[in-house]
Parts: sequence; C-alpha cells; structure tokens
Amino acid sequence: MNLWLIPFFPLIGFALNGILGRRVSKQLISVIGVGTVAASFLYVVAILLKLSPLNTAYSEHYFTWIQSGFLQVGFDLVIDRLTSVMLLVVTGVGLLIHIYSIGYMAEDSGYYRFFSFLNLFMFFMLILVLASNLLLLFVGWEGVGLSSYLLVSFYFHEDWVTNAGNKAFIVNRIGDFGFTLGILLTVVTFHTLDFGKMATAVGTMPAEVGFGTLTVLTLLLFAGATGKSAQIPLFVWLPDAMAGPTPVSALIHAATMVTAGVYMIARLSFLYDHAPVAMSFVAVVGLITAVMAATIGMAQNDIKRVFAYSTISQLGYMFLGLGVGAYSAGIFHLMTHAFFKALLFLGAGSVIHGLSGEQDLRHMGGLRKAMPITFWTLGAACLAISGFPGFSGFFSKDAILSAAYTHAPWMFWIGAITAGITAFYVFRAYFLAFFGEYRGHHHAHESPPVMTLPLIVLAVLSIGGGYINVPTWLSPAFPLSEHENVTAMVISASFGILGIIIAAIMYVFRPGLAESFKNAMGPLYTLVLNKYYVDEFYQAAIVKPLEGISRTFLWRGVDEGLIDTGLVNGLGRVVRDWGSMFRRYQSGSIRNYATLILAGSLLVIFVFILAGSTR
Amino acid sequence: MNPLGAVLLIPLIGFFILLFLPRESKASFAVALIATLAAFFTSLTLIAPANAASGHFSSTVDRLWVDTPGLRIHLHLGVDGINLWLVILTTLLLPIAVWISQTMIKERHKNFYALLLLFEFGLIGVFSALDLFIFYVFWEVALVPMYLMVGSWGSARRGPAAVKFFVYTMLGSVLMLASIIYLYTEAGSFDYVDIMNAVNSGRVMFSPTQQMLLFLGFFAAFAVKVPIFPLHTWLPDTYTEAPVPATFLLAAVMSKMGAYGLLRYCLPLVPTGAHRCSDWIAALAITGIVYGALIALIQRNLKRLIAYSSISHLGFVVLGIFTFSQQGADGAVYQMIAHGISTGALFLLVGYLEERRGSLDIADFGGIATPAPALATVFLIALFASVGLPTLCNFIGEYLILQGAALTQFSWAAWAAIGVVLSAAYMLWMYQRTFLGKTEAATGFLDLTRRDWVPVLPLIALMIWLGSYTQSFMPPISSATSRLLEETTVNNQYRVQLTMPSAVPAAEVVDAH
Repeated sequence: MNLWLIPFFPLIGFALNGILGRRVSKQLISVIGVGTVAASFLYVVAILLKLSPLNTAYSEHYFTWIQSGFLQVGFDLVIDRLTSVMLLVVTGVGLLIHIYSIGYMAEDSGYYRFFSFLNLFMFFMLILVLASNLLLLFVGWEGVGLSSYLLVSFYFHEDWVTNAGNKAFIVNRIGDFGFTLGILLTVVTFHTLDFGKMATAVGTMPAEVGFGTLTVLTLLLFAGATGKSAQIPLFVWLPDAMAGPTPVSALIHAATMVTAGVYMIARLSFLYDHAPVAMSFVAVVGLITAVMAATIGMAQNDIKRVFAYSTISQLGYMFLGLGVGAYSAGIFHLMTHAFFKALLFLGAGSVIHGLSGEQDLRHMGGLRKAMPITFWTLGAACLAISGFPGFSGFFSKDAILSAAYTHAPWMFWIGAITAGITAFYVFRAYFLAFFGEYRGHHHAHESPPVMTLPLIVLAVLSIGGGYINVPTWLSPAFPLSEHENVTAMVISASFGILGIIIAAIMYVFRPGLAESFKNAMGPLYTLVLNKYYVDEFYQAAIVKPLEGISRTFLWRGVDEGLIDTGLVNGLGRVVRDWGSMFRRYQSGSIRNYATLILAGSLLVIFVFILAGSTR
Repeated sequence: MNPLGAVLLIPLIGFFILLFLPRESKASFAVALIATLAAFFTSLTLIAPANAASGHFSSTVDRLWVDTPGLRIHLHLGVDGINLWLVILTTLLLPIAVWISQTMIKERHKNFYALLLLFEFGLIGVFSALDLFIFYVFWEVALVPMYLMVGSWGSARRGPAAVKFFVYTMLGSVLMLASIIYLYTEAGSFDYVDIMNAVNSGRVMFSPTQQMLLFLGFFAAFAVKVPIFPLHTWLPDTYTEAPVPATFLLAAVMSKMGAYGLLRYCLPLVPTGAHRCSDWIAALAITGIVYGALIALIQRNLKRLIAYSSISHLGFVVLGIFTFSQQGADGAVYQMIAHGISTGALFLLVGYLEERRGSLDIADFGGIATPAPALATVFLIALFASVGLPTLCNFIGEYLILQGAALTQFSWAAWAAIGVVLSAAYMLWMYQRTFLGKTEAATGFLDLTRRDWVPVLPLIALMIWLGSYTQSFMPPISSATSRLLEETTVNNQYRVQLTMPSAVPAAEVVDAH
C-alpha cells in the first residue's frame, strides 16, 4: 500500500522549495508547497477507502532503523482507526491552511522558506501519526518541534520573535526530558518499543509487578505531553509562539502539533489503562489547565493571544477526557477543535491581514461590514468553541463532560463553568473586533478568495463536524460509555449560552460595563492580565539562578579558579619549586659534586650498617 | 599491499615528499590533498572485509619489528567494527583539513600540510595498532604535530595553551607507558591479540589489585585525552587558541583517541579494574555532561562554547562505555563518529565566521542569516545534529548510550539526559545571537563560496545518512562490541570466581548467611 508515500510527498516539497525556492517564481513555490500536501491528502483518502472498514490495524515494515543487541527499532508505519482520524485532520486541515497561506504570505520575502518549513512540519507530523513504535513517534515529536521553532522564529529580525522560537524549543525539550526517560523505561520494562508488542506484554504483566512501573512510565510520557501540548507547568511557550505567522499558529499551534500529546496518550491507552494514578493526574492537570488558561484568556487584548490561551484551555479539556478514560471523546474534541480553532486563527489572520498587521483588539471594532465572510465564518467558529447546541464543539465537549460527570461530578462542574468562561472571552474578542465603532486607523478590506475559501470550508466543518461520529468509529479500540447524560448536556450548554449573553451585554449593548467591571476586580484583574506572573516566576526561579551558577560558581569558580588555577597551575608550581630547589645542586662545580658524593656514600654506608645491626 | 598498511603509509610518504619540496611551494597543497584523498579512498576498501569478519580483526598486518632477547615488538595492525569507522573518519576529515588550511592558515603552508600528514599517520596508527608498544609510539607521534600546529599557528595566547596541552597529555601518557611495561613484564608480550588470548585462556592472570593499578595507568592517559572531568581544563584553551584546521581535528578525531583506548584496552584487558571503577567513572562522565553544558550556556566566544559542549558530548561516550552494555558500547562508538562529524562541522563553520569577521566573540555577530542564508542554514543543520535531533547523527549515539545506561542503572540515564535539555538551550541562544536579529551590522557578510561548500556538503550528507539509515554503519560495530563485551564479562567472572575464595574463605561465607 506504500504508506510511506503519505509523509514522503511533503518531504519532497520541503526539499524542492528549500533548495530551489530562492530561484523560482512564487507560483511554482505554491504549486509545490500546496500540491505535495494535496497529494498526501488524496493519497490518505484513497488508502482509507481501500482499507475501509479498517477493523484491524494495517502496518508496513520498510527497514531496520536501529539494531543493537536485543533492541530493534524498525521504520514501521501503521494505520488503524485512530490513525485514520488523525491523518484526515492533519492532511485535510493542513491542506486548507496551505491554500490560505498563498494569500496570507503573498507579500512576504521569505515565501519559499515559509512553504518549505510548513511542508517539513507536515512530514514530521505524519511520521508522528503513522509511527508504529515509540521511537519513531519521537522522531516526529522532535521533528514537529523543530518545524515549530523554525516557523515561530520566522520573522527572525526581531529579538522578541527569536526569543519566542527559542522558548518554544527549549520548554519542549524540558518536557522531552521526561518523554525520553519514558522511552528508556519502556525498553527496560518491555524490551521493545513496538506498540503492538508493548500491548501484548502489558496484557501478560502481573498487576502487582506492573503497577508502580507503569505509573512512573506513563507519568514520564505525560511530562512530554505537557510540553508539546502546552499544559501546566510547561504551557508558557504557546502564547509566545504566536510570534509566528498566523497560518502557523493555526496549523501547528492550534490544530495539529499541540494535539500530539493527546494523540500519544490515546495511542498508548493500553498503558494508561493500567495506571489509574497517572490517569487521575492527567485529568486533574487537564482540568486545572483548562480553568487557568480560560481565566487568562478573559483579559488579553491581542486577538491571537486570546485564541492561544483558548487552545491551551481546550487542550486541557482533551486531557480531562483522556484522564477520565473517555479516549474517544478526547480524540473527538481533538478533531472538532482542529476545525474551529484553525478557523478562529485563520479568521483572526484574515482580520490582521485586512488591517495591515494590527492584532490589538482595542484598535479594531465594527469590522462586520468591511469583512462579511470573515465575520460570518468566525462567528460559526465562536459558536462551535462555545459549545452552542448543534455546533461541532457542543457534541465533543459534551462527550468529555458527560464522561467527567460519571467519573467525578466536581470535575464536571468545573469543566462546565470553564465552558461558560470560554464562551465569554471568545465572544468578547469577536464583539470587540466586529461590533461597535472602528477604533483603528487602517482601511479595512476583506481578504482574497484564496483565503476566504478555506474559511468557508472550515466553517462548514465547524458547524457540521459534530455529526461525524468519531466515538462510534473508534469504539473497537475505545468502548463507548453506556449512558448519555442529558442533564450534563443541558447544564454545560447553558453555561456556554450564558457566557455569550454576558459578553454581548458587556461589549455590545453596554460598552462601559467592561471598564467598570475591570476596575471593580482591581488586583485580581491585574493578576490575570499578567498571566499569573508564571513567566516572571520561571525567569526568577530557574533561568537567572542557572545562569548565575554557571557563570559565577562553575565557570569562574570551579573551572578557572579551583581546577585550572588551583590544581593544574598549582601542580605546575609545585613541580617548578621542586625543580628550582634541586637546580641548586646542579651547580657545575666539581667540589660541590665531590662533597655530595661523599655525603651520599657515607649515608649509604650508614644505612647498611644500621640494617646489618638490626638483623 | 595490504590496504591498511597502505592507509597508514600514504600520509607518511606524503609527509616525506613535502619535506623535500621548497618552502612555500605551490605543489605542497596538491601533494597534501592527493595523499589524504588517496588514503581516504584506500580506507574505504577496509569496509567490506571488516563487515565480513564479524567482530574479528580484518585487513591485518603483522610484521616482527624488533626482535632482541627480552624484547619483541610487532608491527601489528588490524581493524574491526570499533576502529574501522574511526580510521575512515580520520581519512575523511584530513582532506577537509587540508582543504580549509588553504585559506585559514596564513603562512608556512608547506610545513602545516606536512604536520597534518604526520598527524594523520600517527592517528591512523593509534586507531589500528594491535601492539601496545607501537600503540604508545603512535600515541606520541600524533601528539607532537598537534602541539606544533597549536604552538606555531595558533592565535594570540597560543604559547601557554600549547604547553598546557602538551604537559597535560604527557603526564597521562607516561602513566600509560608504565602500565604497558608492567603488562609486558607479566604477560611477556606487547601484542594485544596475544595478551587477549593469554588472558582469555587463563594463562595470564592479574589479581584485582594488579588490575586496578594497570587500569588506572591506562585510564590516566585516556581520561586526559577524552577529556573526562576534572581533567578537561586544557581543552577550552587549546581548542580556542588553535588554528581552525587544528581545532577541527582536535575535536573531531583526536578526542576519540581516549575514548577508543578506554573501550579497546581498559575493558577486556582489565575488566575487574574497569568494573570496580565504573561507578566513579560514570559519575565523572555524568558530571562532565551536565557541567560542560552548564558552562557552555554562558560562553561569549564561539569556539569556547563549542569546546565546552564537546566536553558534554564526550561525557556521553565515556558513560556509554562504562555501562558495559551492548547498547551503551554501540552508542559510544556511534557517538564518536557522529560527534566527529557534527562538532567537526561546527568548528569548520565557525572557522568561516572567523575568516569573515576576524573575531570569535558572539557579540561581534548578529543578523548574518539575511546576507548569508546558506551559511546560516548549514550551521543550523550542524547545530541540530549536535543537539541530538532525531534523523540526524548524534541522536542515534546519544539514545543508545542513554538506553544502555538506563538498562544498567536508570538514575545514570536520568542525570545524563539533563545534558540533552541544556544542549538545546546553549546552542539556540548562541545561534540567535550570531545569526538572527537585526541585519544592519551584517550587511555585506559573505555567504558560502563554492570553495567553502566543498567540505560542508559531505559532512551534511553524513549527518543525515548516519542519523536515518544506521544499517550502513551499525552491523560491524555491533559484532565487534558484542565480542569485546563478552570477553570483558567472561574474564571478569572468571577472575572473580578464582580470586573470591582466597579473599573470603568459604566457611565464613556460609556463616555470614
């Protein structure tokens, strides 16, 4: 079936545009960049049609990547139902965003670089999704991190941009510290990295043997997920990553890459099922992240940052779903989120494009007349993320919250309130941008069709995506939960609608209300506005001390002071001092030598006599 | 003629030809390049026999060299999977060093080329010697030309740096010589294969104390050369002051002499000594990994930064060796090659930067990605290779070493993996300050010329090849290391069995339980 072709197409695009891009026309770059992703998408569809209904996993082995002793890691790809969802989301949404980029990046001098990197991302993301062992998954995992770094730092003339790129990569590396240890422990435990063999091994593992190890193992892997999928405590890189071009924020930092952690846990559900402690931990981290990010989202003024925090928050929901055992609900939300969040970012990009780069909500307003398509499509996305009944987000969020209710009602309540907060801040941004009077000084215009077309397609998906029954499709792997929880559905939807109404009152009908509310909250508002000072805390508690220790203590103190000056030169000095002491006896004067010989002989005779007398 | 003998002799012949050429002769470059290239292409013929020999030595040369009563020295050479790639790495990097010396060396080119060839001769000798005496001879032969290159062509503070390098290394190698002589008096031979046979068959036996002494003697020389923390302080000075072609060779190949020695000589010959010290050495290796990375974080000089990163990366190699595991040993050998390629490439590219700007201070750069996109791109590839990004070369070695460590002692892997996190930080910060940012100061910065591309392309290709298709390289390594580890284990257990009862009488053991 040649599964390898799926990631291979974008790889070709990367190489062609990367090497030749500077010498060819923008048209050709777009054809290569978009065409290779389109080829991937069509090939995925063709393969899935052929393999349908995909009741068993289909895998292909190409070559042995690493072989050392018992350890064998193959370049093996696998497709099952879980993969099929991911493949369609990645190539489908990816294709739409590639098309959109033709318009969005049209004026950029780094056009070839952009498409080349974007294709590189597609390659690694598809490897991640198709990998049939943990190490190959890690290849994709690190590779998407690389692409993310390259694309966040895209406008590399500005220091704040390159700082964001560095932060994205380094913070992810901290998470990958855990992920790497997870891989190592997997080999120690199972002597294999192949998903299929691991699953078999877990099945035969005695519970009392496995419990501790599997808990540690799954938590280590989850540490990697907190980096890649921006959860507490490693979420800090994602808002900064908005420094990249908006299509990048849509594709990498909203729809696909950041969901890699969710995918990884669903892929390894057979491990997590045996580690209930780790599962609860995942659920709690997801829930707290969802609340925290949502509250920060309420106070942000940069349109992309609002959506970035909402991404963190929605990823939190997905982890909540996974953590309470509703893997299919998590993946369902992953898919609908990919639709509406990609649309939110692309819509935001359309606004930014129409306002010549303006991102501050305070300088927008009244754009609904100038940008009707953006207005309507973005509206659909906002309703979808708010869980408005009938829209895609409603179904997937409900699936998660119902499962949370069954697991622990308090989780449900916090999740439902967060849904209300989400609806509030998303519509706050929407109303600030599209309603009221225009507060900026650019001439707003609607985006070209190459950009609005993807918006329309995504709007259709954001509205109708909920009717794609992902949980049923995944039910062979992840059994469906028995009972539909209608009460939970009604409550969470009501919270969403309430949030929309409050936002409408504060930002459309009584615009002064927001300001007085802000003042009334005082220090609490400042705390949220400053994102709970997490960045400042990390800077003061980790980065600065580490630099200080390295410079003052280790380099100047230990390396140059103690070892080099103290020990090495000290040793040299001792040798020299001894040398100069003995040098005095190398005087060249025969009389001195004669004296010494005499003294020496006498000493020897004396020693012999002594030795003889004691015998 | 035996290909291995040819690989060894070609540089020496080139060296003698250069000696007879007139000073500043135009032909000197051609002679050096042809000699090194000939050695490289000849060395490629070693691969097939080594692959076929499944862990045994192939392409061997064995001539009696000195045969007087009481002293027999063989000119015994051979390659297996452990040194095969090191020999080829050497022959590959030497033509590159010659090539870049054209422009990076400003005076007395002929002498410099001659020293390069002499250095190659010594290095190939070190890697392929199977007789401890000639191993020692080559060890010193490789040292002298490097000392001269650093001392006469280096930058401002080259004098002290060269002396430091020389004295440090000599102190270590004298102790090794003592061990070699002691080994000869006990085993009656300098020949590695003979001694191994004697040890394997139990004809020659070393008590644990003897082993400790022998081990520490060898270890002193190797540890300085690698270098292992805290014997590393010669390295930043030497790397920084040496001319770029010399730094390139120091980092890419010369640093492998020590690690190679540890693996080849310390493990199977004196396994009990190695095992007894392994906890300490692993601790030192891990300290070096983290320590080197932390100090690299705050360096302001490009060469010094990569020098400290090298200390960190070489810590991985040592850690891999002292896990006594298949994965650790395979990873260590692989990492030696990968580090040679990636760090070599980084120093080479830093050399280009220095040529263009006349400085190595990171603060003097910034924004050069815009005028020099090709240079920025290849630098980034080498950087990510060095950081251990999967699909590039260093990942394979680092992963296998960590895996070996995890299988032996999980906490070792956990500590060592910190180095992987830090490497991303110091490398990306350096890249940001050097290549990214405002472009005003960088206008007119020259991008890679055609001549500059020549050595870069093969290195980049190898980074990708080594990282994505390891089957081209790994099988001979694995078969050689598994043989070596088997000897290590068997000899160790054998001795422990033989020596334990005498140390602890059987009755007491029973009582203790």
